[in-house]
Amino acid sequence: MSQIFARSTNIWSKVSILAVPILVAFLGWAVVTISWSGYVTGQGLTRDQPVQFSHAHHVGSMGIDCRYCHTTVEESAFANIPPTKTCMNCHSQIWTSAPILEPVRASFRDNTPLQWWRVHDLPDFVYFNHSIHVAKGVGCATCHGPVDRMPLVYQENTLQMSWCLDCHRNPQKYIRPRDQVFNMSWQRPADDPGMGERLVKDYKIADVRQLTSCSTCHR
Amino acid sequence: MKSRRSFCLLSAAFCLLAAAGCRQDMHNQPKYIPLRDSALFANGSSARPLVEDTVARGTLQDDEAFFTGKTGGADVNTLPFPLTKEVLDRGEQRYNIYCSPCHDMTGAGQGMIVRRGYRQPPSFHIDRLRQVPIGHYFDVISNGFGAMPDYRAQVAPRDRWAIAAYVRALQLSQHAAAAEIPAEDRQKLSQSPPAPSEGAAKHE
Repeated sequence: MSQIFARSTNIWSKVSILAVPILVAFLGWAVVTISWSGYVTGQGLTRDQPVQFSHAHHVGSMGIDCRYCHTTVEESAFANIPPTKTCMNCHSQIWTSAPILEPVRASFRDNTPLQWWRVHDLPDFVYFNHSIHVAKGVGCATCHGPVDRMPLVYQENTLQMSWCLDCHRNPQKYIRPRDQVFNMSWQRPADDPGMGERLVKDYKIADVRQLTSCSTCHR
Repeated sequence: MKSRRSFCLLSAAFCLLAAAGCRQDMHNQPKYIPLRDSALFANGSSARPLVEDTVARGTLQDDEAFFTGKTGGADVNTLPFPLTKEVLDRGEQRYNIYCSPCHDMTGAGQGMIVRRGYRQPPSFHIDRLRQVPIGHYFDVISNGFGAMPDYRAQVAPRDRWAIAAYVRALQLSQHAAAAEIPAEDRQKLSQSPPAPSEGAAKHE
C-alpha cells in the first residue's frame, strides 16, 4: 500500500503550524478593529440632516445655552429635539429669507415635523436617562464632546458598553460640579485632585457595585 | 483536503466578519422610543399631540393667579408663592438660559440675538416696566408680547414666576441707592470691576 501523503506535502504541515495561529490572530484583530471602528459604532460620523444646523454657530458664537432648545434634559430620560417653534422664536425675524432655512419655514407653515436623523443612537436594550446624569454632575461635553465647536454634530464617543462602564467604574474621574454641567469649556481644576472623590460623596453617587450591576442599564 | 481546509477557514472568516458588521434585531426593536418615526400615522411621527383641551389627572390649572398671572382680568401684583433665595437663584438661572439671548444678562435689551438683527426689546429699567405689576411679566412669558414669542412650552409656570421675580431683582440692581447697600459691599463700588469670568464672556 502506498503512502497517503506524498513527501512533498511535508512542507504544508510545517507551514500550517505557523499559518493557522497567524490567520486566527489576524481574524481576531480584524473583528475587533471592525467592531470598534466608526463604521460599526458610528463614532465620528455626521449625518445628512434636513437642515445643516450648526451647533458651533448657535452655541459657540451666539452663546445660547443647551437647555434653550433641549428643554427636557434636566427632567426627563430623553433630551428632546426642539419643535420647529423653537427655531422660529428667532428665525421669524432673523435670516427670514435664507434658502438654507426653507425646510424650517415649510415645517412651521405646514405643521409637519422636521425629520432629523438621530446621531446618538443607543441599542434599544439599554436604559439611559439624561436627567440622572445631569443631576449627578456629568457634563454634556463629557459624553457629547465639544458640541459648541461642531458645525455638524457627530458622535464623539463609541457609545459602547465598555465606554459606559469606564465612567460607571470610576465616576470620580469624570464628574464635575453641578453648576458646570452645561458649561462647554469647563476644565478639571489642576489644583484640586480630590474634587472627584468629594463630589461622588456630596452627590451621593451609588457605589461601583450598583453602578455596574447588569440591571442598572439593562432593565 | 487542501480545498476543504481553505473552505473552512474562509467560511469562518466570513461568519466572524458578518457578526462584527451587522446590527441585530435587538438593537432596533419594533417599539416606539421617543421621536422614533412611525409608518402608522400620516405625518410620520409616533408621538401624538394631545387632543385639544385634554387635562391630565392632577394638572388642572384652576389657580387663576398662578397659571395666568391675572385675577379678574388685571395683572396680579404679588408673587403667588413665598419668595426665597432658591426662587431667585432659579429665576436667575432660567433668565440666563431663556431670556438673556435677547434681553442680555442685565436686562438692558442688548442680547446677542438683538445684535444679530432681532427687534430690540425695551430695557427692564425704564419707568414703565419698573411700575407694571409682576403678573405682567408672567403674562408676557406665557403669551408673548409684540415681537417676542411665547415661552409657554419652554418654561414651566413656576419657573416663569421665578424669572419674573429675578427681573424685579435686576431692576433693583440698576436703581438701588448707595445707602441701601450693606457697608461691607459699599466699598466695592469704588473698586475697579473684576475681569469677566469665562462663562460671562461666553454670553457677551
